[in-house]
This record gives sequence, structure tokens and C-alpha cells, in this order.
Amino acid sequence: MEKRMIAGILVFSLLAVFFFFGIFQLHPFGEPGQVQMDDYIITHTQNETGTNNGVTSVVFDYRGFDTLGEATILFSAVAGVLLIFRRVRH
Amino acid sequence: MIEYIPFIAVVAMILIGLYAVVFRRNLIKIVIGISIIESGVNLFLIMLGYREGGVAPIFTSLPPGTTYPPEMVLPVPQALTLTSIVIGVAVLALMLSLVMHIYRKYGTLDVRKIRRLKE
Amino acid sequence: MSEMTKIVKTTANILFPFTMIFGLYVIVHGHLTPGGGFQGGAIVVSGCALLLVAYGSSWVFDHIKDKRLATFESLGAIGFITIAFLGLVFSAVFFGNFLTGSGTLFGTTPATGSTLSNFNTGGVLPLMNFAVGVKVIAGLFVIVLVMAHASSIKEWG
Repeated sequence: MEKRMIAGILVFSLLAVFFFFGIFQLHPFGEPGQVQMDDYIITHTQNETGTNNGVTSVVFDYRGFDTLGEATILFSAVAGVLLIFRRVRH
Repeated sequence: MIEYIPFIAVVAMILIGLYAVVFRRNLIKIVIGISIIESGVNLFLIMLGYREGGVAPIFTSLPPGTTYPPEMVLPVPQALTLTSIVIGVAVLALMLSLVMHIYRKYGTLDVRKIRRLKE
Repeated sequence: MSEMTKIVKTTANILFPFTMIFGLYVIVHGHLTPGGGFQGGAIVVSGCALLLVAYGSSWVFDHIKDKRLATFESLGAIGFITIAFLGLVFSAVFFGNFLTGSGTLFGTTPATGSTLSNFNTGGVLPLMNFAVGVKVIAGLFVIVLVMAHASSIKEWG
């Protein structure tokens, strides 16, 4: 067995043990911990943004900067793909 | 124990993807592993925002008798998951383009044979 | 990708308009029902990918220019940022929702609680949904189109 394999097994088992002991420190499924911000958004989304859809109001209004970065990432991905295949197009 | 089973599913998905990334040699399989890890992370984010018996945070034709906020799931993790999915698609397209280019250059997808930079 | 048989082409011809209409519906109702610009754009692009599978990439490449698609992608991004800066101008906050409650375009505020869908609500969110929808359609479709075309031709130069 080569060194790379042994290192891989070591890292893999270490991460597995870490994950399996880590998840029992979380809140149980169905009972989230801190909900003040989300309760505020649910209560005020119809008055403040005029939208019925809470998720859209978060994506485009409360957290618009996230969507701006996401649009930038999509733009750079398109630019990267077009750059990689630049000689293919005629 | 029973309420942690969804998190165990998340851990299983992340470990399957990590296994593919660490131990497989084919580049396509490594990309599939990264995609599985990403799905596990998305599932984890969605799970963090779930409330017992909650409905989606959308007020159009809400089921009658729903008391909100306690009966709605959290909207912020769902929005972050939406962001994460689109970023995942972009990164996947970029990775697959690079893999296609590597295959044209080297004629193989084995990561241990792609070492022209090293020699 | 080469073109496929007549059965696949006929099925694609039947399914393509429905996929388009469903995707555009998801985009324009993004502020009322589940969905939005990203999801509806992905649905529309899946319809275009169906066309790509059925008719072959060279046929689609002859009819749709990828440079034009890249221009549409930039137009969507410019529209999104323009709406964000209009928020800075009219409501003094970047990404400010200056149209909601104004009574003009998309300016109605819905009643609190469970309501029926009123399309004329949401402020700038429907406009942002349109911009992001155009951006996602053009961006993902140019990615799929260029990758399919690159995998089909022999010489890369």
C-alpha cells in the first residue's frame, strides 16, 4: 500500500469520526436554534417588500448583495467557459 | 437518536463524495464526488431551517388555520441554498470544461498520468 | 452531439413549447409562487437542452449565435445592477425597494396574512426576477451550447 493511500484513509476516517460526533451537538431536527431574524422576516415581508413570497423577498431585497455576488459568479463562469473554448467557435 | 437521522444522511452523502474525491482516479468521478458533497451541504442548510410541521414561507393561498411565524420554515437558509445551487452549477460547468480540455491535451483522465508539469 | 431519430425530434417538438411556457410562468410569478428568476431560467434552459439533444449541436449553433447570447447575459446583469442603483437614487439605500407602496408599477401592498395572488405587488422584485431570468437563460444556455459544440467537433485548433 502506497503512502498516498494511507494518508487518504487517515484523513477520511478522521473526518468521518469528526462528522459523526459533531452532528450530535446540533439542535435536533425540526427545532432550529436562533429564529429571531427569520421571525422578523416572516412577519414583516408583506408590509416591507409587498411580496407574498418570503424566499424571494430575502433573495432580492433583504440579502440583495448575496444575489449580486451570485450574478457575478455566474458571469465569470460564462466568461471562463467561453475563454476555455475560444478556439472552438467559428 | 431518531431526530438525528437526517443529519446522519447528510454525513453519509458528504462522506460518499469525499470517498470519490480522495480515492478515485478518474477526473469525471472526482467531479461527481464534488457535486455529491455540494448536494449534501445544500441538504444540511435546508435541514437547519426546518421547523416541525412548517409550511413554505409563501403567503399566496396559505393553508387556512396556519399560525405564522411558528408554523413556517425559516426563509433565510432557503435563500442561501438557492444561491449555493446556482454557484454549484457555475462551478460544475467550469470544472467539466477544464476536464474536457485536459482530455484533449493528454488523452487520458487518470489523475496519476496527468503529470507533464512535474517531469 | 449529432441529431437523433424522428421519434426524438417529434417528442421534442411537442414538449418544447410547454417547457418554455412553464419556465416563463415560473419567472414572471416569482414574487407570488415558489420559483423565481433562477429556477425558471433553469427550466427554460432544460427545454433548450432538449432541443440540443434532439437536433444536434451544429443545427442549434447555426441558428443561435453564442455571441448574441453572451450579450443577453451581460444585458441581464446590467439591468440587475441598474435597478439596484435606482434604489440608491430613489430610496437612499443600495438595493432599496423604491417601488413598493408607491401605487405605480408593481406598487400595491398586499393585505397581511393569507391572500390570493395579486400580480401588481412586489415593488422592484418582479423587475429583478425578469433581469435575473434573462441572465440565467442566456448564461446557462451559452455554457451548454458551447460545451456540446466543443464535444462534437474533431479539431480544436
